Amino acid sequence: MIPQTNVYRSVLGAGTQAPEFTLQCTPDQTVSLNKFRGRPVVLAFYPADFSPVCGDQMALYNEMLNEFQELEAELVGLSVDGAWCHAAFAKQNKLHFPLLADFEPKGAVARSYGVYDEKEGTCERALFVIDRDGVIRWSYVSPIGVNPGANGILSALEDLQTKSETTDAAK
Amino acid sequence: MTKSLTLPDTERDHVSGSVKGAIKLLEYGDYECPFCADAQPIVKEIQRRLGDDLLFAFRHFPLINIHPHSEHAAEAAEAAGAQENFWGMHDLLFENQNALEDQDLVAYAGELSLDETRLIREVTSSVYALRIREDFKSGVRGGVNGTPTFFINGERYDGPRDVGYFLKALSKQTVEK
Repeated sequence: MIPQTNVYRSVLGAGTQAPEFTLQCTPDQTVSLNKFRGRPVVLAFYPADFSPVCGDQMALYNEMLNEFQELEAELVGLSVDGAWCHAAFAKQNKLHFPLLADFEPKGAVARSYGVYDEKEGTCERALFVIDRDGVIRWSYVSPIGVNPGANGILSALEDLQTKSETTDAAK
Repeated sequence: MTKSLTLPDTERDHVSGSVKGAIKLLEYGDYECPFCADAQPIVKEIQRRLGDDLLFAFRHFPLINIHPHSEHAAEAAEAAGAQENFWGMHDLLFENQNALEDQDLVAYAGELSLDETRLIREVTSSVYALRIREDFKSGVRGGVNGTPTFFINGERYDGPRDVGYFLKALSKQTVEK
């Protein structure tokens, strides 16, 4: 049995290059992380489609797409569910952002970010904010039953925006 | 900073009870959310028991994709507020959660003897959309992660939604003060 703390210790943190991936976002389309290069992206890993807390979490983010857009950021959800399951979940909750299927090999992307729960066989409930150069700038793992809300994501995105304005001004 | 976001703002918010009340309870809710409707009698009971010791405020947190009627319902409450009866509409909306079509909103305005034409005109032209969005955003920044979310004197209450537990948490705040 693997002690649960191991899961948290390996989570990729700020300053790490975000591991590249290509995953299915619909049954017949894939999306790659590098497609987002040039603007910030939020990765929201969650344990499972249709489980009550994630429903709330994804429903909340779905209401905030304008705010993410104002901060020029893209949002994607990721879990080990397959593309067809994601499609049904997105339809039921009228989600307007992509859900990626970390399905085959199961949880490979979550593992590469250090947020795969071996015992449960699902992703942790984890958030990553990646900057326009593909570097992780903020990460957070929430207790599995707790919806982390969105305040941390917004603060991280605002920090990024302030930093990029400073860099642009220096050029 | 976070704390001020999660305290009732008597200049701006819809508040009920005594402005001088030592205990401040703030709810973020959605008129189409069943858990919010379930919490409604609990809030009423807390208000009854605490009387003038309590200041209660309500802010909108509509999840409009999963609750398609929640936005117009929130607009209707605001429109009723503009006619000095926010709380009357607020109660009717929660009591009639399964009937939140525009024609229902008109009927509730009639029941409250409000100007129905003005109310539905304001609702359908989204007069209060910005204010509702302000409520929503303040909630997100304050740590709201679903509905209903309650704050007792600025601190998020994550305990069971039960009168006894609520009163215990609320009275703890009074003692600490």
